[in-house]
Amino acid sequence: MGEKKIGVFLCQCGGNISKTIDLDAVSQYVETREDVDVVKIHSNMCSGAGQKMIIEEAKEKGLNRIVIASCSPHFHEKTFKGTMEKAGLNPFVLELVNLREHCSWAHKDQPEIATEKAKDLVNAGVNKVREDYELAKKKIQMGNRVLVIGGGIAGIQAALDLADTGNQVYLVEKEPTIGGKMAILTKTFPTEDCSACIISPKMAAAQDHPNITLLTNSEIVRTVGHRLLFDITVEKKPRYIKPEIDMDQCLICEQCVQECPVSAPNKWEQGIMQRKAIYIPAALAIPFNYLIDDTVCLHFKDGSCNKCETVCPQQVIDFSQKPERIQFIVDSIIVATGYDSVEPSEKPMFGYDKFQNVVTGLEMERIVDHITENPPPRPVGKRIAFIQCVGSRDEQIGREYCSRVCCMYSVKLASLLKQAKPDKDIYIFYTDLRAFGKGFEEYYKRAQDLGIKFIRGKAAELYENHENKKVVLKAEDTLSRQIIESEFDLVVLAMGLKPNDSTEKIVNFLKLTKSSDGFLQEAHPKYKPVDTNIEGVFICGTAQGPKDIPDTVAQASAAAARVMVTLAQKEFDVDPQLAFVHTDICDGCQKCINACPKNAIVMKDGKAEVVEALCIGCGACIAACPVEALDFHNSTNLQMYRTVDGILEEKNPEENRLVIFADNTCTYRVADALGIRKMKYDIDARIIRVPSSARITTNLIVHAVKMGADAVVLGDCPAASSQFPWSREVAEKSIAAAAAILENEGIEGKRIYFEEFTAGDLVKFTTLVNGLGAQVKQFTRITEQQRKDI
Amino acid sequence: MAKKIKLDDKTQAFQKLVEDLCGQNTAKCDQCGTCSGGCPFVEDMDITPAELMRKVMLGQEDVLESETMWICATCNTCTVRCPRKLDVSKIAEALRQIRLRNEIDQLDIGKISREEIKELPQIALIAALRKLSS
Ligand SMILES: Cc1cc2nc3c(=O)[nH]c(=O)nc-3n(C[C@H](O)[C@H](O)[C@H](O)COP(=O)(O)OP(=O)(O)OC[C@H]3O[C@@H](n4cnc5c(N)ncnc54)[C@H](O)[C@@H]3O)c2cc1C
Ligand code: SF4
Ligand code: SF4
Ligand code: SF4
Ligand code: SF4
Repeated sequence: MGEKKIGVFLCQCGGNISKTIDLDAVSQYVETREDVDVVKIHSNMCSGAGQKMIIEEAKEKGLNRIVIASCSPHFHEKTFKGTMEKAGLNPFVLELVNLREHCSWAHKDQPEIATEKAKDLVNAGVNKVREDYELAKKKIQMGNRVLVIGGGIAGIQAALDLADTGNQVYLVEKEPTIGGKMAILTKTFPTEDCSACIISPKMAAAQDHPNITLLTNSEIVRTVGHRLLFDITVEKKPRYIKPEIDMDQCLICEQCVQECPVSAPNKWEQGIMQRKAIYIPAALAIPFNYLIDDTVCLHFKDGSCNKCETVCPQQVIDFSQKPERIQFIVDSIIVATGYDSVEPSEKPMFGYDKFQNVVTGLEMERIVDHITENPPPRPVGKRIAFIQCVGSRDEQIGREYCSRVCCMYSVKLASLLKQAKPDKDIYIFYTDLRAFGKGFEEYYKRAQDLGIKFIRGKAAELYENHENKKVVLKAEDTLSRQIIESEFDLVVLAMGLKPNDSTEKIVNFLKLTKSSDGFLQEAHPKYKPVDTNIEGVFICGTAQGPKDIPDTVAQASAAAARVMVTLAQKEFDVDPQLAFVHTDICDGCQKCINACPKNAIVMKDGKAEVVEALCIGCGACIAACPVEALDFHNSTNLQMYRTVDGILEEKNPEENRLVIFADNTCTYRVADALGIRKMKYDIDARIIRVPSSARITTNLIVHAVKMGADAVVLGDCPAASSQFPWSREVAEKSIAAAAAILENEGIEGKRIYFEEFTAGDLVKFTTLVNGLGAQVKQFTRITEQQRKDI
Repeated sequence: MAKKIKLDDKTQAFQKLVEDLCGQNTAKCDQCGTCSGGCPFVEDMDITPAELMRKVMLGQEDVLESETMWICATCNTCTVRCPRKLDVSKIAEALRQIRLRNEIDQLDIGKISREEIKELPQIALIAALRKLSS
């Protein structure tokens, strides 16, 4: 770039800045700084006229670096980057100095000191811009490959929508059949259409679709990458049946099943029936194929059996099959891993594990499904009670939320039973009956018409009559204020829905966040209901929160549509503000490889290399590099050091400085918000915008103290809501190392610490900064000699 | 004739008095009846624990005439089960305190016969005799 020519543009912001800060004084000061060619003041730099001035000055004077001192970059960064482009300059040789939120507004009542502070801030900007260099936006090509995790109705719907629009879909289901819970249900509320009949065609369509690769009995074991480029590894568990090859396939002749001596509870039938060790999961299973349950099969237990192998006319049994790993790349992911029923053991007062006539809602689905068989596999007796809200709306077990479907499924199961067997005497014990969906209230009314009795009171406990095994239920009828203590032949616990355990792994792989109820968190509850905090990853169905089938299907189609919108861009920009390697310094020690949570660093020719499509710009690797070979574009080590120098250069020995490295997402915004509300804090604070606290190295902290900082704070978002949840851990390591170095020189290590902020933590910020300011005054002043020695 | 409830400063003040004594927010109560259904002494009470909760929330001072708070043995079955994590037995305790501070004793121990004392569960006696009360 040859000679450095810096233009500094100071904005009055219609008085918002200039009424507090003496911009002429700032201008006179900055004119003296090295490489500064032009200093101009304008009333509104963001206005057309202001921008025009910048463009003209830049062109006329041949400026090649610009500093604009105005409002927070969160307001006009985009505007001024546009100005740069119009001036024919690269947007990365621009520095924005926040004179409004972080200075004139926050320190309205101290104009003189604020002016001095403004000089420091502008000086830091000049120092930084001097080391700026051009960066180009990178473009990455996208394909149309989508991974859908979970083959319940949510996953199936999303997969079909995507496949029908020409995308390549991998549908991964951990169970041996797709269908999820919906396939288990008997009929569905409020229309009472047969669940199997409406889901079977969709299951078959998913299997037959040319654009869908169906992987059942499979789980994700590894994902690498983020943002529209994910490298996925799936492990497919063996079925121990040879895959279909020409004519040698399984004929479903059932001879193996007849021979198999092992009997185990049929999981799909919720244990109300038995199955063999070799089995087809369900009558509507997709794929409709045998598998051997190796947890119960005698061949795997002790080698004592191979009856199925012997009897099979097609010789398709293969005990030697091993788990198989499949690897592929996708551009987008939908997480549709569904829910689990809350464990009845969470509420021991209902004796589910002890009393034989207490069942869960899902068990009742299967019981009712078979109720017209003669005899039914699980008889129900005459008097039946449903208990609502078991495992939901219960702070004792930390589940405050309403599960949203159990009221209606109990109404449904009671209605179906009553219609099939009108002699049954059925009661539903509830606290509040929630019938909020379309047609729900009418359905509830019809249940009353059928003679089902609703009792307003939650059952408190159950006990068993040992003689007849009937269950005694105790509850208050809160409407008549009387206690009910009566025997029932069967008690159904309307178990709530809870986040699925196997979703947890996916959360960890993809670094998703969860809301306080434990379900997956959407990016915004109103405007981005199926997006997540990770670009390219979407959620739908009950994995996001309890909901019924219509809501699940609607959300699944929404997630598919969001994927289509994303993939329609064909290519995406990668922010060039990422990690990079100074190959001349890197000695190939590989310490950075494990430090990168996204596996974005690879070794090439004995040197580290950052894969730009994978790097998310957290900076965690930088702290790990012992020789400062790793660096960060637009926050390089040199740029950071020079910023710190600039901000502290004019400090008098008797003054104090609190240097706050503020992450751009949370901490920096707190300071912005404080300015907007004119809330003041210690004017000694100097805030430096950084991509994340993880990027701040031990050396940089120590350098700040060397140059005059009396305290250093690293602020970042709370891990739960952070885009870089690991930042704190990395930052605290750097802080500990820096503290040790300072202690060595007799300087208090307590002067440096980490703090979490959400963007709304205004009072926390002022309390902390003011407290720190006061605390620093308590410490003995760091001597010039001490600073020199570190 | 159905009783009329008038909600006014007086009812609000009574609710606050009870809440101040026990530190519970009675407006949280879902009226689910879990406390009543599980209470081992509910059959001896004239109003159920949930009804007691209701009366306090609505500031009905006639709750003080009820036997329930004296029958309550502070066994805490309700407290460990309440889905809103309300400490129901503490509310009963607060009501007892209000009575006792007005120097109204529920039980004159001298008036109980030896046979009765033998028969009564000890915890019931203790409860009736200002258990935990100040
Ligand atoms: C007793 C009961 C009755 C109900 N009755 C009705 C009704 O009548 N009408 C109605 O509208 N709703 C009803 N519901 C609600 C209904 O079940 C759900 O709305 C619906 O099934 C949600 O579908 P889903 O795809 O989100 O989740 P699921 O059906 O749970 O599907 C999730 C799938 O993902 C798979 N999976 C999970 N983790 C992984 C992983 N890590 N890798 C790969 N695969 C994974 C699971 O094995 C499962 O197949 C009822 C619920 C219950 C409990
Ligand atoms: S080998 Fe296993 S699956 Fe086959 S018949 Fe024996 S127990 Fe059943
Ligand atoms: S849907 Fe009904 S039963 Fe289920 S938690 Fe909500 S209120 Fe309770
Ligand atoms: S258990 Fe709790 S919420 Fe339910 S009625 Fe009793 S006090 Fe109210
Ligand atoms: S603490 Fe009192 S009200 Fe609660 S269950 Fe025990 S006796 Fe009943």
